[in-house]
Amino acid sequence: MNLVICLLSTRRFLSAAQIARTVPGYEHDEEDPREHEAFQRMFERDKAELRELGVPVETGTASVFDTEPGYRIAERDYALPDIHLEPDEAAAVGLAARLWQSAGLASAASSALVKLRAAGVEVDPHTTLGVEPVVSGEPAVDVLLAARRARRAVRFAYRGSGDDAPVTRNLQPWGVVSWRGRWYAVGHDTDRGAQRSFRLSRVVGAVKPVGRPEAYDPPADVDLLAAVATFEGEREERGEATVRVRPGAAAGLRRGAAAAGAEEGWDVLTVRYRDPDALARRLAGYGPDVVVTGPPEVRDAVVRHLRAVAEMAR
Amino acid sequence: MSGGTDRLARLLAVVPYLLARPGVRVADAAADLGVTEAQLRDDLQLLFLCGLPGYGPGDLIDMVLDEETVTITFDAGISRPLRLTADEALALVVALRALAEVPGMSSGGALERALAKLESAAGDAAAEAGQVSVRMDADGDRLAIVRGAVDRGRALRLTYYTAARDATTERVVDPIRVLLVEGRTYLEAWCRGTEAVRRFRLDRIDAATELDEPSAPPAGAGGGDVTGGIFQAEPDYPSVRLRLARSARWVAEYYPCESVEELPGGDTVVTLRTADLGWARRLVLGLGADVRVLDPPDLAEAVRSSAESALKYYPERSI
Repeated sequence: MNLVICLLSTRRFLSAAQIARTVPGYEHDEEDPREHEAFQRMFERDKAELRELGVPVETGTASVFDTEPGYRIAERDYALPDIHLEPDEAAAVGLAARLWQSAGLASAASSALVKLRAAGVEVDPHTTLGVEPVVSGEPAVDVLLAARRARRAVRFAYRGSGDDAPVTRNLQPWGVVSWRGRWYAVGHDTDRGAQRSFRLSRVVGAVKPVGRPEAYDPPADVDLLAAVATFEGEREERGEATVRVRPGAAAGLRRGAAAAGAEEGWDVLTVRYRDPDALARRLAGYGPDVVVTGPPEVRDAVVRHLRAVAEMAR
Repeated sequence: MSGGTDRLARLLAVVPYLLARPGVRVADAAADLGVTEAQLRDDLQLLFLCGLPGYGPGDLIDMVLDEETVTITFDAGISRPLRLTADEALALVVALRALAEVPGMSSGGALERALAKLESAAGDAAAEAGQVSVRMDADGDRLAIVRGAVDRGRALRLTYYTAARDATTERVVDPIRVLLVEGRTYLEAWCRGTEAVRRFRLDRIDAATELDEPSAPPAGAGGGDVTGGIFQAEPDYPSVRLRLARSARWVAEYYPCESVEELPGGDTVVTLRTADLGWARRLVLGLGADVRVLDPPDLAEAVRSSAESALKYYPERSI
């Protein structure tokens, strides 16, 4: 603390020796090699700690005649610029800070709030704007973000939807995405030599950083969300099936369907679909409460499906 | 970060925090700074020993501290908090962006204005925010209706589809709050019919009408912790064990399972609890040959007889 105050209060660069003579805790006998070495270790450690906190410790020399490096902290680089938030804006920030459940992001959000409060902003931790958002935690997110910041590759075991057993994957992470409540890592898969996305719930065990830092440069303008969201594919519903539904049954099917009259004690519905097989599975789920009239591609798929179930159970 | 580093970070925030709030109650300050009152008092004692080189009476940080309150009288140059780190800027900027993008979330532009101010205050530190993207989808029109009812404290009439029972019902509810959890949106409300707190998925609300009467949930209803997920299976629900082929493995990811066991060869055995075996029957019938019911035997029997009765409606000629 005294080191920060001292370096903030000086305009001139102060050498390590000057700092040692000034700041309590650093006083020692410069002539004693052991004491001097102990001071140097402590000073290096403290400087590293300050830089870890984000304190901008500048290095330079006070004049061209100086050979020793000197240190100072420039107020304009140190201080959070003035920020004034209206009450509704402060409420929005408080809400945003509560979003994270992931340990690393949650603690970063709360230390950011402490700084904003220190800047005079009043943030009520309980405001809601009528909404309570929660993004689930995933331990791998923190590991991936640390690796991305250090630009280090990661390695993990991954069991994709078509894999029988986990496969080791090597990835240069570009970022992480939360989409539809699931976390994904996006990056360059060095084994496949291409961009890949991985659903983190399918990672088996831990994600481990491997290799040296600064090993790659992530592309500047990659759309992470698009990299993940394209899994969805086309959504066009090209077909229309006609089905008979027992009155009062199959409420779920009725929600997305159009009523088309009644016949022989059944309600008749038309259902739009994209994939006949997927629709057949849904219709088969209703058992004898839903009977397909056509087209044949759906009707046949339902019959095939029901037969398979009846045979299996026998 | 070590404990010492954490403490230094806090000390650097304590001074400007107190400077901005002369006479603040120590207990309130501790709550705002995320520490106990005893810890904050320890920090204040330490700050009395810190100050400008010279370290004489006029150089050290000084304050008026009593049983209740504290006022800084000399800050030794620590008048502003430290800039946001890249991690801190990222955590707030990404969350604000995610919320601002939710359709129907607009709150008079508060999210957007807060985001712009924060990005400008964070400067370069905000540049790293691009490495995390969060998308929370919602139906904007429905979200606007239920948020309006929550904000105005009005009851709602809902037409709601319950997937577990495959039934659509009308009910009047007393809204409590809106939840955005795991990529889905829910209305938490007191359901007058069942006299219980229920969470209604917005994509299953087929119609919602705000009523001209106040929302009056019983005191203390709702507001529970949702960080463990929305669906809390009751232990007395029947348990269902299924063996899934690889093509049906999505079931293990999509539904909350009590246990998931990978078998050699690619099959998966899952155990899940459901309030309604009818739901399980529909699921299993729909999965067809990709699933085998291990338990309960009633379910296997219900699936078989259901498939056989259904087949009677299809004359033999089809395949």
